[in-house]
Amino acid sequence: MTNLDPQLVWAFAGVLGLLAISTIIGLVLKAAIKKPEAQATIGNLNARIGAWWIMTLIFALTLVISPMGSFVLFGLMSFLALREYVTLLPTRRADHRTLFWTFFIFTPLQYFLIGIHWYGMFAILIPVYAFLFVPTRLAIAGDTESFLERAATIQWGLMICVYCLSYAPALLMLKIPGYGPDAKLLLYLVLVDQLSDVLQYVWGKMLGRHKIAPVVSPNKTWEGFVGGVLSATAIGTALWWMTPFRPAVAAAVALTIALMGFAGGLTMSAIKRDRGVKDYGTLIQGHGGILDRMDSMCFAAPIFFHLVRYFYQR
Amino acid sequence: MRKAHPLAGIIAGAARLISGVHVRWLDSQPNARQTIYFANHTSHLDFVVLWSSLPAEIRVRTRPVAAQDYWDKGLRRALAVNVFRAVLVARHQNSEEDHAAAANPRQAIDHMLNAMGTDDSLIIFPEGTRGTGGEVAAFKSGLYYLAQHQPGLRLVPAHLNNLNRILPKGEFLPVPFISRLTFGPPISLEPDEPKASFLTRARSAVCRLKEI
Repeated sequence: MTNLDPQLVWAFAGVLGLLAISTIIGLVLKAAIKKPEAQATIGNLNARIGAWWIMTLIFALTLVISPMGSFVLFGLMSFLALREYVTLLPTRRADHRTLFWTFFIFTPLQYFLIGIHWYGMFAILIPVYAFLFVPTRLAIAGDTESFLERAATIQWGLMICVYCLSYAPALLMLKIPGYGPDAKLLLYLVLVDQLSDVLQYVWGKMLGRHKIAPVVSPNKTWEGFVGGVLSATAIGTALWWMTPFRPAVAAAVALTIALMGFAGGLTMSAIKRDRGVKDYGTLIQGHGGILDRMDSMCFAAPIFFHLVRYFYQR
Repeated sequence: MRKAHPLAGIIAGAARLISGVHVRWLDSQPNARQTIYFANHTSHLDFVVLWSSLPAEIRVRTRPVAAQDYWDKGLRRALAVNVFRAVLVARHQNSEEDHAAAANPRQAIDHMLNAMGTDDSLIIFPEGTRGTGGEVAAFKSGLYYLAQHQPGLRLVPAHLNNLNRILPKGEFLPVPFISRLTFGPPISLEPDEPKASFLTRARSAVCRLKEI
């Protein structure tokens, strides 16, 4: 229980308050609106809110217990996200052993490296070693059908589901003078990123008219994008006290997180459309799979990490 | 009331976790009546996953039919006999023997009927052997004879998707994929229905579940 920092407790109290308000709004909407076509949306909304309670509690517990809790949690999420991703791929029989390596060697190793704070190896394990290993192992397996495509899809899966996502708990190994515990930084990233997703959804449902990319993601609208990104930036700025940033810097950082999150959601949607599915999985009620929830995080986390590391770590 | 093996719940939970199985019942309900579940076959995990996905009170009275040559040794045997209560049957390695067996399928059928008794259900794979995960092979006659001998049986088709990717033929280490198990509405043997047309109908009852 080393992380019971007062600021951390305040931030979590804020989240719980927000969830309580959302739950009440959800229940009121359910009771007030009887139109059948709106009922489905409200049912999904309430399922999402219910899932948020569970996700918040799990995240809060792991964050408070010790850094190890977050490494295990994110490691597990990487594993499950990668599983959702490869399930969608047209993998071939000859990919079996290579996939075994990605799941049971590279994924745990990546999180182990964060656990022992070996930044130099953490940063290159997947982009250098795994990237060369995957095609080599596929070549040894001897099946050349769509070789480049198969190698690239496995590499991209490792990159997104494991490498990029692992940057979130990697924040815990940064050493920032006069700032701590780093758990606050991880919470800040998760808050701004996920609130940006939620607010884009809320603004989109309320005002959404003009679609941004109708082919890729029919639910993304300009109104949702602008409203969501701006309000997430405002919240991120208002939370500057829990970060090492000045308010103006916090605004720029929060804007970056929100924009990268949007890029992640859009890109991962394109993959879903390519494979002809709506969601990556069914694990989180109302949300889809882990990858549907973490797609924005996969893009936001590495950029956030490197911004903080470059400008704040001494 | 039959008692489940103390490990049954844990093993069923582990199997569902590893296979990430998403279970659907389409126009079909779990039912405690004597049932034959018949499914496509692509992996040694098939019956484990199907068995694990049944509700506990039905699972305890459901016995998978499994290949003797694979399951009748060491730890596998202990699991198969004590936990799954598998009915182990001899497989025929080549088609010549198959023909010989087809001439006298009585023995295997009697074995299965005995194992069912008056209130146990069975899980069978009418293709007889594991496929590659592509086309479902033609069904062997066992299902027909079982339906003929015991007309009151519920015959529930099931389709297993992706298990061949988790543990393909010839591999011993699994790779985690999300799999899907779909149960369809029960079929039954019509009076005077010829064997071949019943088996074709049973096979398509399984195949159509893949696309839904």
